[in-house]
Amino acid sequence: MNEVLQFHYDVDGEDFTSAGEASVQIKKNLRQLGFPPDTIRRVSIAMYEGEINMVIHAGGGEADVLVHEDYIEMILTDHGPGIENVNLAMQEGYSTAPDTIRTLGFGAGMGLPNMKRYSDSLHIDTAKGQGCKITMKVFV
Amino acid sequence: MTVRQLADAMDLEILCLCDPDAQVTGAYAGDLLSWVMGHAKSGDAWLTVMTNINVIAVASLTGVACTILGDDAVIDDEIIQTASTKGVNLLRSKRSVFALCHALYPYVS
Repeated sequence: MNEVLQFHYDVDGEDFTSAGEASVQIKKNLRQLGFPPDTIRRVSIAMYEGEINMVIHAGGGEADVLVHEDYIEMILTDHGPGIENVNLAMQEGYSTAPDTIRTLGFGAGMGLPNMKRYSDSLHIDTAKGQGCKITMKVFV
Repeated sequence: MTVRQLADAMDLEILCLCDPDAQVTGAYAGDLLSWVMGHAKSGDAWLTVMTNINVIAVASLTGVACTILGDDAVIDDEIIQTASTKGVNLLRSKRSVFALCHALYPYVS
């Protein structure tokens, strides 16, 4: 496979219950393409955390997944409030999510740490008031 | 052991058994979904009392062998239906998560 496959998803910020549609879909696509189960697991969990973050913090956004021969690249873009302190946000247990989100089982401050845990590279481009663009790569 | 065998051995209520032959190779207990995604392993039996729709996505994405609801936790029929379409094994028990961990331990240790 030399050609780069690209998938685009709109993440609906209004519907918390449908968050995860993109991750589940990319999991299905990667499985059809024959990627190893561990790679698929890492991509789909990292992507799901990104989706959930966009729904909780940014009112939705967009996810682009580029499937290369030896790595998968995920680009998550939103136009939310941005992350004021990235170092703090990367700490396990730190969360700015509202209590309503915690009743749904999220807001544990594990979203970004999990994205780092399951990806091989994570780059966050953000500034307060200017949204957020997260690029993750998972190598096969 | 398989999920079917585990359900029989622990007398679990079957809500959805799409993949009865899935192998249970370990276990994890927790309700914070991101925490579970950070720590549960593929093939685990996941014990929780959380029953919202996101539980099904987490079960599917982590690749756990089955999700076991403790304390007879109430779950919507619609969510059980989603589990069925996503291929998620969903079981339930009247026992607490603590009691379930104790009962499960000999099978996965």
